[in-house]
Amino acid sequence: MSKHVVAAVADLPPGSRKLVMVKGRPIAVFNIGGDFFGLMNRCPHQGGDLCAGELTGLVTADRPGEYRMSRPGEIIRCPWHGWEFDVRTGQSWCEPGRIRTKQYPVEVASGDALVKGPYIAETIPVAVEEEYVVVEV
Amino acid sequence: MTAVTLSRAASGPVTRGAIDCDIHPGIPGIATLLPYMNEFWRDSFVRRGMDGFDMASYPPGAPIACRADWRPAAGKPGTDLAQLRRQALDGFGTSIAICNPLYGGQVAVSETMGAAICSAINDWIAAEWLDADPRLRASIVVPAQAPHLAVEEIERLAGDRRFVQILLPAAAELLYGKSYYWPIWTAAEKHGLPVGLHAGSMYRYAPTSNGWPSHYLHDYVSQSQTFEDQLLSLLSEGVFLRFPKLRLVLLESGVSWLPGFLWRSVKTWRGVRSEVPWVKRPPAEIIRERVRLTMQPFDVPADDPVAVADIIRQIDADEMLLFATDYPHWQFEGDRAIPPGIPRETLRRILRDNPLATYPRLQESIA
Repeated sequence: MSKHVVAAVADLPPGSRKLVMVKGRPIAVFNIGGDFFGLMNRCPHQGGDLCAGELTGLVTADRPGEYRMSRPGEIIRCPWHGWEFDVRTGQSWCEPGRIRTKQYPVEVASGDALVKGPYIAETIPVAVEEEYVVVEV
Repeated sequence: MTAVTLSRAASGPVTRGAIDCDIHPGIPGIATLLPYMNEFWRDSFVRRGMDGFDMASYPPGAPIACRADWRPAAGKPGTDLAQLRRQALDGFGTSIAICNPLYGGQVAVSETMGAAICSAINDWIAAEWLDADPRLRASIVVPAQAPHLAVEEIERLAGDRRFVQILLPAAAELLYGKSYYWPIWTAAEKHGLPVGLHAGSMYRYAPTSNGWPSHYLHDYVSQSQTFEDQLLSLLSEGVFLRFPKLRLVLLESGVSWLPGFLWRSVKTWRGVRSEVPWVKRPPAEIIRERVRLTMQPFDVPADDPVAVADIIRQIDADEMLLFATDYPHWQFEGDRAIPPGIPRETLRRILRDNPLATYPRLQESIA
């Protein structure tokens, strides 16, 4: 496992996402209200590009005809067949125990800390006074 | 192939003690039912000369409506009690058989006339069939054309524990998931009665989704589409969530269409489930839990036990299938009501355990 700097926090504001390549793996990085999450950018169904999907909320119901929206912006819908995944866990909504996309730990680190290592920042220039999104792969 | 033991072609002795979940006593005609009608309807049927309410789905003279060796010397198929006892009950060693009368009351355009015929059939079955043989049980026939009258009929008869199910034609005036029918599901749940959908239609619409077929071949083969539509309607309108105790029995559906239907439902649900958020679990899981199917006809290649075993494995629910002969309809020859290839343990369940679990009222009489 190694930690990789993939973006400046300022370039990935809340509600946005970014596709990055780390050690040959495509990883979709999301910012939900200041919390960052990384998911393998492959739908476990047929390999759809999750990062290109619609970011939406969770629709639930306790009885027929009722629609309740919650957790806005926390569900990513695969652009190919509409399967829903919880950005916070990588679990599918339809079969959370069995169908999921791999999750990668993401943290925020200051440029100050990054300079000391052991972080890898191949493509992102790091400034001491900035904050950065770091994915562990 | 797995290492389970498959049954061979099964005959009479194998079904001994079994519970037959679909037999069809025949209604000779309106004259038979008149004693069970009120004065108005007795007068009305006679004065207007109305008779011949046989279902278009099963014309009495059609080969499907009666096996040649089960056809009575005189009268319509299934109308001779002694013959039905000898052939359908003694012939298979059946311990209990559920009578599902198919007649025009269930499909009549007039709500009140339909209700009158249904009530008369129920009282006639109780008095002349159930009273005559302790092995017989029956479904309550109801006019689904008028859900409030259907509920009245269920309430009137639910106290007679020999009525074990509510019977409806597979196709009615609307899809069964619509809230119009919910009073019927409420009554079914209240009395612990499963709802049986039997092949056949009110013929308010073309029986296929593309129009009226020209031939019986088309009409009969396409019945499985109707069952698929009703299952999808009940599922997607949320009936299984709204009525958590409701059980559905598909009678004479053909069975082997089920695996592909389940796979397709699950696949599509995964992509679009947010439009029906009340469908909280994969459709196949809900259907396996709540829906049962009778075993005649069972559409598989003749004498191909491997194909039968494959279908059973694909359905993947030992508790879903129910033994039935569909007497006197012509589905098989001799006493071969069970196709070869069913794992022995599954067969044991199909013959007795599953019917007892599906129809709780049956347990009261065998305890």
